[in-house]
Amino acid sequence: MSHTEDRRQGTLLTARGIHKSFGTNHVLRGVDLEVGRGDVVALIGASGSGKTTVLRSLNGLETPDAGELLFDGGPVVDFGAQAAGQDGGRSGRRTAARTAKTNRAALRDRSAMVFQHHNLFPHRTVLENVIEGPTQVQRVPRETAVGRAEELLARVGLADKRDAYPHELSGGQQQRVGIVRALALQPDLLLFDEPTSALDPELVGEVLTVMKELAEEGWTMVVVTHELQFARQVASEVLFLDGGVVVERGAPAQIFTDPAEERTRRFLQRVLHPLD
Amino acid sequence: MDWQLVVDSFWPLLLGGLAGTIPLALASFAIGLVLALVVALLRLSSNPVLSWIGRAYVSVIRGTPLLVQLFVIFYGMPEIGIRLDPWPSAIIAFSLNVGGYAAEVVRAAILSVPKGQWEAGWTIGMSPARSLSRIILPQAARVSVPPLSNTFISLVKDTSLASLILVTELFRKAQEIAAFSSEFMTVYLEAAFIYWMFCTVLAAGQNALEKRLDRYVAH
Repeated sequence: MSHTEDRRQGTLLTARGIHKSFGTNHVLRGVDLEVGRGDVVALIGASGSGKTTVLRSLNGLETPDAGELLFDGGPVVDFGAQAAGQDGGRSGRRTAARTAKTNRAALRDRSAMVFQHHNLFPHRTVLENVIEGPTQVQRVPRETAVGRAEELLARVGLADKRDAYPHELSGGQQQRVGIVRALALQPDLLLFDEPTSALDPELVGEVLTVMKELAEEGWTMVVVTHELQFARQVASEVLFLDGGVVVERGAPAQIFTDPAEERTRRFLQRVLHPLD
Repeated sequence: MDWQLVVDSFWPLLLGGLAGTIPLALASFAIGLVLALVVALLRLSSNPVLSWIGRAYVSVIRGTPLLVQLFVIFYGMPEIGIRLDPWPSAIIAFSLNVGGYAAEVVRAAILSVPKGQWEAGWTIGMSPARSLSRIILPQAARVSVPPLSNTFISLVKDTSLASLILVTELFRKAQEIAAFSSEFMTVYLEAAFIYWMFCTVLAAGQNALEKRLDRYVAH
């Protein structure tokens, strides 16, 4: 097991009672989540189970309708209170909107995200992609940012691609650059949104290998994934979502070999033995 | 055809183009583009009032003749106490006009950039304004070069309307020379030729710009 108990320095992030609807579609129906420092939390579940929405709520890409997000050392965001503020007349609404915006930004600043479709900036080279956040947002001096970026690129085996444009790379290389772009921000939390789902099968391994190394280095990660082998080997905790709730959570050994819930069992059966 | 007249009038006509038509078009296009970006952002705003203002602007500009806009500003405005010289009048009218047409181009170009690019900007800590300027607009620029080139080339030719509010540009010069020499066919064909030359150069510039902006796109 890559994760060791001594890396734990308490809880980094707690989510409580997260609710989210898109129109009439109630996607999240009260999701709780706790991420300790150095944890690797894998969110698994069928398409439409809400796992990506959970992930996107953690960095403000989605704003939950209710619930709380508490980062150790801030911010602490009570989405229920924001919703209540919306009933407080025009000025109340405006204050609430401003608060929501500040909160979203504060949440986002604690984490970095790797997307399913890498979302690299096509008009910038690999190096420029990686230093964009550090130099433009975090005000890191350019030389420092470039040095760090080169180091990170070398670590994922892409040192020679620093001046390439994203379209000149393979899918696996693009995704590794996506990971480096996230790492360059030196976030407390790394979010992965199905990072291998859009890749050709033979390219999946190189991305998962990098992620496994990050886990071993003690990065705190929340990973939405269909790669159950990865979840099993690397995750410290697995959450199975279905219908917008966490149906079951536990150590991967327990979830994958002896799930307590029938729904979990059926999902694993379908995914691991699709032909049976 | 009076070839001596062709030769004698070439330089005055070209000068009218270089000192009148081209600066007028360049200034109006530059101001018009800024206006277009503002109007495009208004139209894209989630605020219904702002978006309505943007839509109304585009509707009025596109729904009225450029010549009428020009006359309203130059001949109409003095009646409400705003008296402008020919040049500023022309620049204002053409800028407003470009702003209306190019706004739709800019809006479509911004919308053509995938939503994931905004999200990536957000996750690396950028404000929407910074994402717009550093991530979205550079990509939108590539898409908008061909349609904006159209707008610019139309504008170069439309500046001939400024002759009607006494701006000394290429066509005004042509009218003066034609009236003086009574060789209408010769002088106007020559003017047409010079416009065509300008537009050919612009089209070549468009090609070069497209190539340059295409370097980061897979083929």
